[in-house]
Amino acid sequence: MSTNGKPKFSMYWAASCGGCEISVLNIHEKILEVDANFEVVFWPVAMDSKYKDLEAMEDNSILLTLFNGGIRNDENEEIARLLRKKTQIMVAFGSCATEGGIPGLGNLGTMKSIFDTAYFGVSTENPEQIYPKTSFESQFGQLHLPKMYPVLRTLDQVVPVDYFMPGCPPEPHQIGAVIDLVIQVLNGKAELPPKGSVIGAGTSTVCDECKRTRTEKKIKKFMRIQDVERIDPEICLFDQGIPCNGPATSSGCDARCPAVGAQCIGCYGPAGGVIDYGARLMSAFASVIDSNDPDEIESILESIPDPAGQFYRFNLAKSLLRSSKYAWKGE
Amino acid sequence: MGEKIGVYVCHCGSNIAGVVDVEEVARWAKEKFPEVTVSRDYKFMCSSPGQELIENDIKDLGLTRVVVAACSPHLHEKTFRGACQRAGLNPYFFEMASIREQVAWVTKDKLQATIKSKALVDGAIRRVINHESLEPIKVDITADTLIVGGGVAGIQAALEIADSGSHVILVEREPSIGGHMAQFDKTFPTLDCSACILTPKMFDIGNHPNITLLTWSEVESVDGYVGNFEIKIRKKARMVIEDLCTGCLVCQEKCPKRVIDDVYEVGMAKRKAIYVPFPQAVPNKPVLDTENCTFFQTGKCQVCQKVCPTGAIDYEQKDQLLEFKVGNIILATGYDLFDARRIPQYGYGKLPNVITSLEFERLTNASGPTNGEILLADGRKPETIAVVHCVGSRDKNYNEYCSSICCMQSLKFAHLAREKTGAQVYNFYIDIRTPQKDYEEFYNRILDEGTLFIRGKVGEITNIPRTAEEEGKLIVQAFDTLAGIQRRIPVDLVILSAALEPRSDSVEVGKLFGIACGAQGWMIERHPKLDPVATMTEGVFIAGCAQGPKDIPASVSQGAAAAARVISKIQQGQVLLEPIRASIDENRCSGCRICNNLCPFTAITFDEIKEVSSVNVALCQGCGTCVAACPAGAISGTHYSDKQILSQIEGILDPALQLSK
Amino acid sequence: MSDNPNNQFEPLILGFTCNWCSYRAADNAGLARLKYPPNIRLIRLMCSGRLDPQFILKGFAEGADGVLVTGCHPGDCHYVEQNYKTMRRFKLLHKTLDQMGVKRGRLKLVWASAAEGMILANEIEKFVEEVRQLGPLNWPKWDKPLEVVADYEVVVEEK
Repeated sequence: MSTNGKPKFSMYWAASCGGCEISVLNIHEKILEVDANFEVVFWPVAMDSKYKDLEAMEDNSILLTLFNGGIRNDENEEIARLLRKKTQIMVAFGSCATEGGIPGLGNLGTMKSIFDTAYFGVSTENPEQIYPKTSFESQFGQLHLPKMYPVLRTLDQVVPVDYFMPGCPPEPHQIGAVIDLVIQVLNGKAELPPKGSVIGAGTSTVCDECKRTRTEKKIKKFMRIQDVERIDPEICLFDQGIPCNGPATSSGCDARCPAVGAQCIGCYGPAGGVIDYGARLMSAFASVIDSNDPDEIESILESIPDPAGQFYRFNLAKSLLRSSKYAWKGE
Repeated sequence: MGEKIGVYVCHCGSNIAGVVDVEEVARWAKEKFPEVTVSRDYKFMCSSPGQELIENDIKDLGLTRVVVAACSPHLHEKTFRGACQRAGLNPYFFEMASIREQVAWVTKDKLQATIKSKALVDGAIRRVINHESLEPIKVDITADTLIVGGGVAGIQAALEIADSGSHVILVEREPSIGGHMAQFDKTFPTLDCSACILTPKMFDIGNHPNITLLTWSEVESVDGYVGNFEIKIRKKARMVIEDLCTGCLVCQEKCPKRVIDDVYEVGMAKRKAIYVPFPQAVPNKPVLDTENCTFFQTGKCQVCQKVCPTGAIDYEQKDQLLEFKVGNIILATGYDLFDARRIPQYGYGKLPNVITSLEFERLTNASGPTNGEILLADGRKPETIAVVHCVGSRDKNYNEYCSSICCMQSLKFAHLAREKTGAQVYNFYIDIRTPQKDYEEFYNRILDEGTLFIRGKVGEITNIPRTAEEEGKLIVQAFDTLAGIQRRIPVDLVILSAALEPRSDSVEVGKLFGIACGAQGWMIERHPKLDPVATMTEGVFIAGCAQGPKDIPASVSQGAAAAARVISKIQQGQVLLEPIRASIDENRCSGCRICNNLCPFTAITFDEIKEVSSVNVALCQGCGTCVAACPAGAISGTHYSDKQILSQIEGILDPALQLSK
Repeated sequence: MSDNPNNQFEPLILGFTCNWCSYRAADNAGLARLKYPPNIRLIRLMCSGRLDPQFILKGFAEGADGVLVTGCHPGDCHYVEQNYKTMRRFKLLHKTLDQMGVKRGRLKLVWASAAEGMILANEIEKFVEEVRQLGPLNWPKWDKPLEVVADYEVVVEEK
């Protein structure tokens, strides 16, 4: 890496799974264009860099930062603020940074319940009953762990964000297109969209890209996909009673999940202008329930056992309520 | 651009000012919102000087938005929109806060009332900032009118419109127009002959140059919207070429097949397989009943074809699907008679001399099965007759409503029966209801004639005697609530004044035309008092018993009223529709089809080629259900946009306006 | 009951009405000079079918302690059958909100015809009391620092 006058690029990983980083590598040869056009100055998952180095940089010296992951602890927040200071174009990259993503579902429960699950849950082997501490006296001196917050926040709830790029993870072809755009802008051949825009996604919803045949909707029962004996390959999954979130989810992914017979779970986030993704979905789902009988409606709704998970899987932290009451009351 | 808002707080005399500190609300609004250019309180905002205050401020101060905090918008929204318009401001840049009905009149504590008023005004101010300029939607009106149902209400409406010079398509599903009225003998309270007054009108319909009469026909589909309905009508095959038929009825005379007439003669007489239902039928052209025709059933006969002098019989005739474009529609589809078998203890259908009102009409009609003689099943003359009121009406087990005509009809029966047979007549009633002109006088006349009235609901009608006197008779048992005793009256004939019920298919017919039926099945009017013949669907009107039980004068009045509404629409040439409508952004619609099934007015259609849905603006009634349902947020609704409502919520819930403890 | 600190609390209730039935019921209550608590603030929609669940969530997020949804009686909808859609959405939202820790009692559906000012006034009075007993909801204003909005303790400490 040389300081050769190329614009600087950084990427950071906060509360997320790492899939976004892999997705960037999935753009194949295009990664060479990134290297050709940018100087990568900070990317902890790909290269060795210290927070101190970042702090030492001049403000606004990084042209582009792809920030993935939500803000769940004080380290996430600290680096988000720091990168914001150093960066001209801050992109919330992927579902978690944009709208909370899967870690945002933690906003349904309390911190205690999250820790209990993580350290004492069935999937954890922890015979000594170790529980993490925020500070720890080691042979090298006092060590500190980040402090966990009661709720996860999206990046733009903590620092101003210039662009949002949804997807869990963002599709490689969309990442490629965004990189192309930025390079074109650098060469004076294109202009950036207005600040605050969603980039790397379509203007309509997943249905627009889905090849399945749709009819008027009338739902007597929602079914989990594993309970459907035979999924018709041609017909709209929703029309088959499978709770597909495609109608509310921004296009941009080429409807990859429905194409292979799995319902859309909404990772590309709400369509433009929608304030609360889950509310829109609830309204749509409920509207097409084919019953006017209160009891029958109730029983049809029983086929959605986890509504918050169904409607807010990726979007809870960005919703109007942002979290359950349990999370912020600590109850 | 910053808006310039005028806020006007009305005292409504002391109605509002007596409870709400109106000066404080006005002062606060100006202080809180920089957009509020002027804020005033005034004694009566709806008065001429009050409205002028707004108009002058719009002109002098260049206001771009107006908020009035006063009474309910249902009272004066139009008034103030008018004031805005006169001053050159789009009337939809106006919002009203109801601080009289929702605050002053319902709140005890004055301080709290003032706080709540501020909250409502706060919401109104934030909302009005987001208002958009709207123009009423103008739609051209096709002058032709469709009238469904050729009973007296439909006939009246058709004649009124046709006489005014516009064309009418009158559709009737039976072979002839005339409806129930054509079955009646005499009409109350004047006792003039039903046929004598109806026939000329029917004849006029048949000969009117402005009326296309389609009998033996039904409406198959309705598309479009006010001014521009597209109608498909199925004209069922008559097997008679109407242009060739002269109405000589030789075919009917010579037809060897006799069939029980369940419709016109309510099962009391027979007709032929090729027939006109009654001699004065319009059109006077027969219909061949293929289900009962010997030729159609066995392939032999063809007598009618042989005898027809003009060769008008065509066994190959097929149903025709006719298309029309009309501007307005009147539904006058009438009623069904309550099936008295549903009350088994009255014995109808089992006991031979228990008959319904309609059967009695035929029995006493000079052109009926007995040529007008009132006879028992065995041909004897009755000596005693019971008329039972409220059969299937005013009864929670069947219909809770009053059928409205039964009292007068029963009084008429009493008179006719007595006049023709000299029989003693008992009327069993719950209450006598004679609220129209000359009706009470008719009741008094029947009382004077010696008809006996027993106030009590009939419990049972039986032929099982307890005494020798009851032998061979029908015994009507009722609790006489005036005398406080059980009565058993032996009679020869029982007439059941059966309820009027909505047509069995009224809900489906309503759906076809985009209108609703109430819980009982009667079609719902736009307003029960102030708009009784219009419906919620622009351009669709209702008249006669389709709207609810009523007698002939009321049916005729409604027919004429509906016609007047239609004529006025035709004369305007255009309708202005309230611009509160939904619209779909094609670029954002992905064609998921969630909304397709949600509109009861069928305003939403799906374009298979573009794979997007769209809203027909003229069909849309502006309820906003699809707006709320669109998962992509691709549907927006004017004047009730998300932004407007969300900003109103923020204002109304402003923490600064919490109630004080 | 008298010991309940909530007795002193004045709940803030957001109400949604339809233009044809329940808003007119509110007019009717006014005309009849029926008194009900001032805690409720009504918003007029053309039809309860316009009621987007977003509006209800917005209400809670903006500080409402309860939300009252009203409309024409089933079968009497001015727009034929749209209030059935309201009923379906209401039930689903109720279920979701329950999962989010918003007690079911904070969201209520009431049918009131234009003539039923008395019913509406009584239901408002009842609902205000019910929400008063549930106490303040106090949904956080998230623009403040987390320490201010949430009553949380750092659980990452010695055990």
